[in-house]
Amino acid sequence: MKAMDALIAEMPAFAGLAPAQLELIAGCATNVRAAAGEHLFREDQQADVFYAIRHGSVALELHVPARDAVTIDTLHDGDLLGWSWLFPPYRWEFDGRAREDTALISFDGVCLRGKCEGDHELGHELMKRFAQVIIARLQATRLRLLDVYGVGAPA
Amino acid sequence: MESVLLPELQPAGRSAPGPMVPERFRVIERRQETADTWTLELEPVDREGGLRFLPGQFTMLYAFGAGEVPISISGDPRVVERLVHTVRAVGSASGAICRTAPGRMLGVRGPFGSHWPVESAAGRDAVIVAGGIGLAPLRPVVYEVLSARDRFDRALLLYGGREPEQLLYAAEFEEWRGRGLDIVTTVDIAPAGWPGRVGVVPTLIQRAAFDPAAAVAFVCGPEAMIRFSAEALIERDVAPDRVHISMERNMRCAVGHCGHCQLGPAFVCRDGPVFTFERMRSAFTLREV
Amino acid sequence: MPSADETRLLERERFDDLLQALVARGYRLVGPTVRDGAIVYDQLESAADLPEGWTDEQEGGTYRLHRREDKGLFGYAVGPRSWKQFLWPPRVRLWRARADGDGFEVEPEPSAPSRDAYIGVRSCDLHAIASLDSALRDIPNPDPDYTARRANVFIVALNCWQAGGTCFCVSMGTGPRATSHYDVALTEVVEDGRHYFLVEPGSDAGAEVVSELPVRDAAAAELAAGERAVEQAVAGQGRTMDTTDLKALLYRNYEHPRWDEVSDRCLTCGNCTMVCPTCFCTSVEEVTDLTNTETEQVREWDSCFTMDFSHVHGGSVRSTPRSRYRQWMTHKLATWGDQFDTFGCVGCGRCITWCPVAIDITEEVAAIRATDSGGPEAWPKGNQ
Repeated sequence: MKAMDALIAEMPAFAGLAPAQLELIAGCATNVRAAAGEHLFREDQQADVFYAIRHGSVALELHVPARDAVTIDTLHDGDLLGWSWLFPPYRWEFDGRAREDTALISFDGVCLRGKCEGDHELGHELMKRFAQVIIARLQATRLRLLDVYGVGAPA
Repeated sequence: MESVLLPELQPAGRSAPGPMVPERFRVIERRQETADTWTLELEPVDREGGLRFLPGQFTMLYAFGAGEVPISISGDPRVVERLVHTVRAVGSASGAICRTAPGRMLGVRGPFGSHWPVESAAGRDAVIVAGGIGLAPLRPVVYEVLSARDRFDRALLLYGGREPEQLLYAAEFEEWRGRGLDIVTTVDIAPAGWPGRVGVVPTLIQRAAFDPAAAVAFVCGPEAMIRFSAEALIERDVAPDRVHISMERNMRCAVGHCGHCQLGPAFVCRDGPVFTFERMRSAFTLREV
Repeated sequence: MPSADETRLLERERFDDLLQALVARGYRLVGPTVRDGAIVYDQLESAADLPEGWTDEQEGGTYRLHRREDKGLFGYAVGPRSWKQFLWPPRVRLWRARADGDGFEVEPEPSAPSRDAYIGVRSCDLHAIASLDSALRDIPNPDPDYTARRANVFIVALNCWQAGGTCFCVSMGTGPRATSHYDVALTEVVEDGRHYFLVEPGSDAGAEVVSELPVRDAAAAELAAGERAVEQAVAGQGRTMDTTDLKALLYRNYEHPRWDEVSDRCLTCGNCTMVCPTCFCTSVEEVTDLTNTETEQVREWDSCFTMDFSHVHGGSVRSTPRSRYRQWMTHKLATWGDQFDTFGCVGCGRCITWCPVAIDITEEVAAIRATDSGGPEAWPKGNQ
C-alpha cells in the first residue's frame, strides 16, 4: 500500500509539489470509496471536504422541477472534485453521485484551510493549482454555451 | 479477405459526361438516425459497379427540383456497391434528400475532394475525434482502421454531441468496441443515468489514452469543436501536421470552378475538405476569411 | 518582339483582308466596336465595325469616348467587357431534367461552341485568358464547355499602343507587348500620314493565315515605328503598382485598418468582379417549371461581393463589406499566386474605371504597403 503523500503526488493537480508540502496535505487526506449510485454529497449540504478521483467517475447533478435530474458534468480519473469548501458559505452547489464503484482521496477542507493560513507558500501553491482547474472547467462550460451542435454543423 | 490499407484504392475520378452533370442513383434503404438526420443507401441506376471513394471524400447530392448539397460519404470504402450518406435536414435541398423514399432517385456527382490519410496512422495511434454529425465523414476511417486493426497501435474514437439521442451510429458501437476500437462518448446535456460522459470533446482529449508522439488525429465536427479539439491535441504535443481536420465552406460546383468555397489559398472542394490543422490554423483565428 | 524575318507589313486599306481570311475559315469575328457610348467586344462583320478614330478617357469611376485626331482602329484601351464574356459566358445552361415515374431523366446540354476569332486582344487580356485557362481548363476536373470554347478560338493579338488612365500592365508584367498565347499579333502604326499594321504569326494556323494576306517585308524604319508605338503604351500607363513581395505583404495584413477604410467606401456592388477579365466565380441556379416536372440548371456569373456568396448553414462567412473587399483583393493579388502561380490581376484597370466610387486597387496596395503591420503571414508557405 502506497503512502498517502505518494498517492496525492500521482494526481495531476498536485504533480510537482515539494515533498514537505505533500506531507502537509497528506495530513488532511484519507482514502474513501463510493459504491455505484452512492452520493458523496448533496446540494446545500455543508461542504467541508473535496476529492481527488483515483479510479472511477462521479456525476454532478442538479434537480430541476418538472424535469429529471440533469447531469451537469462528469468527473473521472485524476480529476479534482469540489471547491465549495474554499469560500463561505461552504455549501455544495450540486449533488455528487458515484456513477460506478469509485476510489477517491478525500481532503478535509477545514484542516487544509488552516494549513494554508499558517503556510502562505503552500496556500499560494494550492490556490494556483485550484485556479487552473477552475479555469479549465469554466472554459469547457463556455464551449458548451456555444451549443455548437445546434446550428452550423457540417453536413 | 486480406486486410490491406487503402493507398492502392483510388477514386474513380470525375463522373461522365463532365463534372457538373449528375448520375442517377436509386435510394435502396433509408433510416432515421436522429430527430433531423437520416442515412440513405444508394445504388447507381446507369453505371455498372459502384462509386469508389476514399474516406473523407464527398459527393454532391441532388434532389429533383429542390437543389444540390455537398454530403460526405459515410459508408465503408470497401463496400462500393452501395453509396452511403448520412444527411442532416437543415435546408430545403437537404430536407428533400432526407425525405426521398426507397425506390426513388437522387442525382450524384463525385466523389470529390481530399481524403483522410488513414494510411499515415499505420504503426501509430489512430485518434478519431468527432462532434455531432461530424462522425459521418469519419465513419469510413473507423471502417478502414477496423479492417486492418492490427496495423495500428491504439485505435480511439472520442465522440461528442449535444444530447445522447443525437449521437450517430450508437447501434454499431458495441461491434466496433469488440473489434478493438476504444470509444469514449460525451454530451453537453444528459439526463441522470447516462453512462457516457458529460462535457466537451476537448476535455476528453486532455486525459485520453494515446501516445501524443505516436498519434495521428482525424477531427471533424462543428468548426468551434474542431478548433478547440485541435488545440487540445497540440497542447498534448501531437504535431500540428498530424492533426487532420475536415472543413466546411459553401461547396457548390465541387471542382474548383465556382469560387464559393474559397478559404485563404484553398478551394475547400478541391484542395480539401481534409486539411492539416497546421495549414488551416488561420481559418480559425482570422475573422471572416 | 517583332523580328524582321517573321514580321510582315499589312497596309490599313487591306486590313479587312485579314478579317475576311478568318471568316473564310469559318470563324465568327469578335472584336471591339462602339455601342452605347463604350467600346465593347462583340460580333463583327468586317473592319468597318471597328472603332475607327475613337479613343477612350479612363479614370477612377470615369469612362468617356472621344474622337481621335487620327484614324487608328485600336487607339483606345480596354472597355467594360472582356473575353470571358465569350469563353465563360454570363449564362450557360448545363443540363436539364424531366421527372419520370420514381425518378428523372437527365439531359446534358450539348456543347457546340462557335469557332471564334478574337480581334485585337491586348496583352493584359491574353494574360487574363491564360489565367482562366489555369483556373478552368488546366485542372483535374476541367470544365468541358470552357475547354471546348477555348479550343475553338483564333486569337489576333494587339501590341497595345494606347494605354488608358487606369492601366498598369507594365507593373504586373503583363504588357503592353503580346508575348504568347496568340495566333497572330498586330502592331498598329499611325504616323506621318501612314497607317499600317506589322503582322507577326504566333502559331502554325497564324502563319498560314498571314501567308495568304497581301503583306510585304517591313523596312527597318517601319519596324522601328512599331517599337515607338508600343513605347507610347509603356509611357502612357495611368497607374503603377509595386508588386515586390506582394503576396507576403497581404498575408501579413489581414487585419490592416485600411480594410475598414475601404469598406466605408465600397458599395459591394460587384462591378469590379463583373468587369474583371479573370474573375470566374459562378453559381448554378435551378429553374423549375410550375408543375415541377421539368428543371434546368443554369450557370451564371456570381460575385464574391454578394452576401450569399459564402453562405453556409447558419449564415454568411463574410457578412461585412470589409471582409468581402478583402477576399476579392487578396484573391487577385495573393491567394491566386498559391493557386495558379501568378497574379489574378493583369493591370487592365477595368475595376478602377468601372467602380462607381472609384476605389483603386493600386491605391489600396500602396496604402497597405505604406503602413505594413509586419506581422506574421496568415497562411503557411509551401503548403499548396
